[in-house]
Amino acid sequence: MSALLAIEDLAVRFPSGGGLAGRLGLRPLPPIEAVAGVSLALEAGTTYALVGESGSGKSTLARAIVGLVPVARGTIRFQGRSVAGPGAEGLGALRRDVAILFQDPVGSLSPRRTVRSILAEPFRVHGVAADPGREVQRLLAEVGLAADFAHRYPHQLSGGQARRVGVARALALRPKLVIADEPTAGLDVSVQGELLNLMNDLQARLGIAFLMITHNLHVVRHVAHRMGVMYLGRLVEEGATAVIFSSPRHRYTEALLAAGAEPDARAGGPAIRGEVPSLIARPPGCEFHPRCGFALARCRTEAPGLTAIGTLRSFRCHNPAGVAAPGAPAGA
Amino acid sequence: MSAPASDDAAAAAGGRAPRLAGLRAVVADPMGALGLVMVVVVIAAALLADLSPHNPVAMLPRERFADPGLVHWLGTDHLGRDLFTRVLHGARIALLVALSATAISLAGGLVLGMAAGYGPRWLDSALLLVFDALRSFPTVMLALALVTLTGPSLKAVVAVVVIATLPGYGRVVRAQTMVLRHAEFVLAARALGAPAPRVLALDVMPNLIGPLLILVSMDIPVVITIEAGMSFLGLGVRPPTPSWGTILNDGYAFIRESPWPAIAGGLPIVAATLGFTFLGETLRDRFDPRLRREG
Amino acid sequence: MAADILALRGLSVAFETPGGRLHALRDVSLGLARGRVLGIAGESGCGKSTLVSAVIGLLPSNARLLGGEVLLDGRDLLAMGAEEMRAIRGQRMTVVFQDPMTALNPVLTIGRQMVAIQYRSGASGAEKRRRAVEYLARVRIPDPERRLGQYPHEFSGGMRQRICIAMALLLKPDLVIADEPTTALDATLELEVIALLRELQGEAGCAVLFISHHLGAIARLCDDVAIMYAGEVVERGAVRDIFHDARHPYTRALLTCDPGRIREATRTLPTIPGALPDLRRPPAGCIFRPRCADRDDRCAVRPGERALGPTHRAACHRAQELAPLARPVA
Repeated sequence: MSALLAIEDLAVRFPSGGGLAGRLGLRPLPPIEAVAGVSLALEAGTTYALVGESGSGKSTLARAIVGLVPVARGTIRFQGRSVAGPGAEGLGALRRDVAILFQDPVGSLSPRRTVRSILAEPFRVHGVAADPGREVQRLLAEVGLAADFAHRYPHQLSGGQARRVGVARALALRPKLVIADEPTAGLDVSVQGELLNLMNDLQARLGIAFLMITHNLHVVRHVAHRMGVMYLGRLVEEGATAVIFSSPRHRYTEALLAAGAEPDARAGGPAIRGEVPSLIARPPGCEFHPRCGFALARCRTEAPGLTAIGTLRSFRCHNPAGVAAPGAPAGA
Repeated sequence: MSAPASDDAAAAAGGRAPRLAGLRAVVADPMGALGLVMVVVVIAAALLADLSPHNPVAMLPRERFADPGLVHWLGTDHLGRDLFTRVLHGARIALLVALSATAISLAGGLVLGMAAGYGPRWLDSALLLVFDALRSFPTVMLALALVTLTGPSLKAVVAVVVIATLPGYGRVVRAQTMVLRHAEFVLAARALGAPAPRVLALDVMPNLIGPLLILVSMDIPVVITIEAGMSFLGLGVRPPTPSWGTILNDGYAFIRESPWPAIAGGLPIVAATLGFTFLGETLRDRFDPRLRREG
Repeated sequence: MAADILALRGLSVAFETPGGRLHALRDVSLGLARGRVLGIAGESGCGKSTLVSAVIGLLPSNARLLGGEVLLDGRDLLAMGAEEMRAIRGQRMTVVFQDPMTALNPVLTIGRQMVAIQYRSGASGAEKRRRAVEYLARVRIPDPERRLGQYPHEFSGGMRQRICIAMALLLKPDLVIADEPTTALDATLELEVIALLRELQGEAGCAVLFISHHLGAIARLCDDVAIMYAGEVVERGAVRDIFHDARHPYTRALLTCDPGRIREATRTLPTIPGALPDLRRPPAGCIFRPRCADRDDRCAVRPGERALGPTHRAACHRAQELAPLARPVA
């Protein structure tokens, strides 16, 4: 099976500063692993959602794929060609086929450029299209904006309109994959629906694959074919969205789903306490155990291996939900 | 910060025709309006200098130390030259030096500052070292040293001004570039595969120009006094070319004979520096109250 | 009515803008009884921030008060002088802001800030410190004694917001205004902050005005809800009224759009067609008419609030006629 995008054991490291002493090299600190060995595959024309709390490394992973942050370990293959890792051909192959949709709708548009200039930029950078002006009109029409928006500046757009311009820019070179970083963050529910419908429509018409980074699980449930749950830079559960929503295995996934559920009546206390631990001091064993209500003795010492059930799902948990005989290891 | 859903009723107000609104804001402030008028007068003087019937360097020994009158509006100096005409031509020199020197400084500061702020760390460290080394020279020493090497000239004045002001621009540009580097619209341009010079020219630079122009408008009076000062000391413009500094110097030498040459040299320096300072400060307060000169 | 700690009566506020007068709040009436939690929900531009600014007396300088009253315990805050208002803010009425990082002073320790806000109390320094420790413990900051000496950046985002809540409750106010306090937090932390707010509110017995665009958070925390649209309160009532028997077409559209309430996974999500009206030229008649799927001829006349139950009110001509909204199965 050849996926559109295949990531194998990807890691991204950042230097961990460490104050003046660290900067002078007197007391070098080990680097922080923001992404710590992630593997996933994305099929053409489908949507894959990466979910997790702030600091789970999901945005860093997205940026690593398009080369905005360097890859420390692992491989990225796009359409079978290696773009990062041993024998990589570089990002050239990727630039035109992969676009990124940024989180901040207005902030990702250059404030001193008109919409026309912003939308024509991909064509100019890659030296394609004889008439960028016409392409701009086509793109505006594609995302449902009137032609006269071309003359506006970003600050003259509403949040929803700016988001559409961002989508139009991402679509410019007819990419095969669009990486969307929190595309619905800060949007009102009515506008959010419009944007997601637009993305679904574009996927149906143009066969675009989306890698969506989000913490909004409701959105994931409606639009993603597959999903991965990230915690401290690792995928703790991964699989088909419908399967994970109906029966989460990892306790973290379970807690996230419970937190996202819209109660009609008042729910009890939060399912998980505390916050994401620091990447500098990763807990031993299963990294989720300090917050987990189901931790066993071995969770404190032994990192759980990957339990894979065909291609449908995989997870890393010693005491998974929905499996009989708690305490007994569910897989190998 | 992302844009969370809060209502933007008040924010919806901004946005229309920012440039015209800016001019109106400057004129609304009495200090800004005064500054603007003074600056316009200085510029008009420079532009219209040739309309004066007198020759700024023609000597009329019989009319030495004439008091102001209908023929010589500001009187004449010790060589019988018309002071008003010399002041007009002096404005030309002052503005020529101020504009060319700040333009060179600005261009250099932009290029070097963006290179430091956007480039690799070693380049940043190296450029910072250069900026700080240049800034630590006292301007007068620098002027003396340079003139010793090249002899007094307009070019020497411009060189001194560039060396004195470029590091300041460079540091401001560097700091702003470092902030903009992490802005999402810059990341977006990079993700598109745009080469660094293109990103800097199209996405970074337009966002630096505004604050820089305010800095420039506040530096122009400094440059005018540097030129006048160097010319006064004989390090700048050579006689008989009229510069406010040389006019003042001549007037100073003959102050017992007539006060008018000294007044004619001093007044425009005061007017021009005050005018540009008022205008610059108003611009700064209106558009960027946080931007204060460092050092 | 008389028991209301906070009551808004016909409050109208406009902003003077270069493009004309922008009507940010029009004829807003609300009541918040002692010891209850009132949620204000609405999308961007609905006027909820303006409403908060009006209540705490910090409207921007281009705001014009066109009429109405803001009564705190029966006294009109809008008629008060700046000095009097300052005495009420931070004493009888405290605020929790959206961004806990900017709400705390980054160069002072948490302890100093918590002691400093008690400056009006006559207690000794040691007593103030003791109270600060007590409240940090209440919002479940572990090891409060030691953490009092730390700076805001040494706490995580969720902890900072809990500290802000502790500071808001420390002064034993009658009214806490929470302006989107969970918007900047992850869903798991949002749950935690809401549970904490609910618990502490119950203990302290103060009233809470909770502003959010997240209906789920409102449903979890509040007793009463007001739904705002384009500067007007279109519907208000008890949580049950609004979430189970919404009567205003806008409330219904909002609930329908919430992907969390759509049970079956779908790739075509409902939306509210059209855009907010230009509040410099608000349309005649019902403010929601241009986007309303249920509009008819009567809607050309501005509807007044209609009582639908003891607490339930909706500003819609058709409030009584509309069929009950299909509810997601719980």
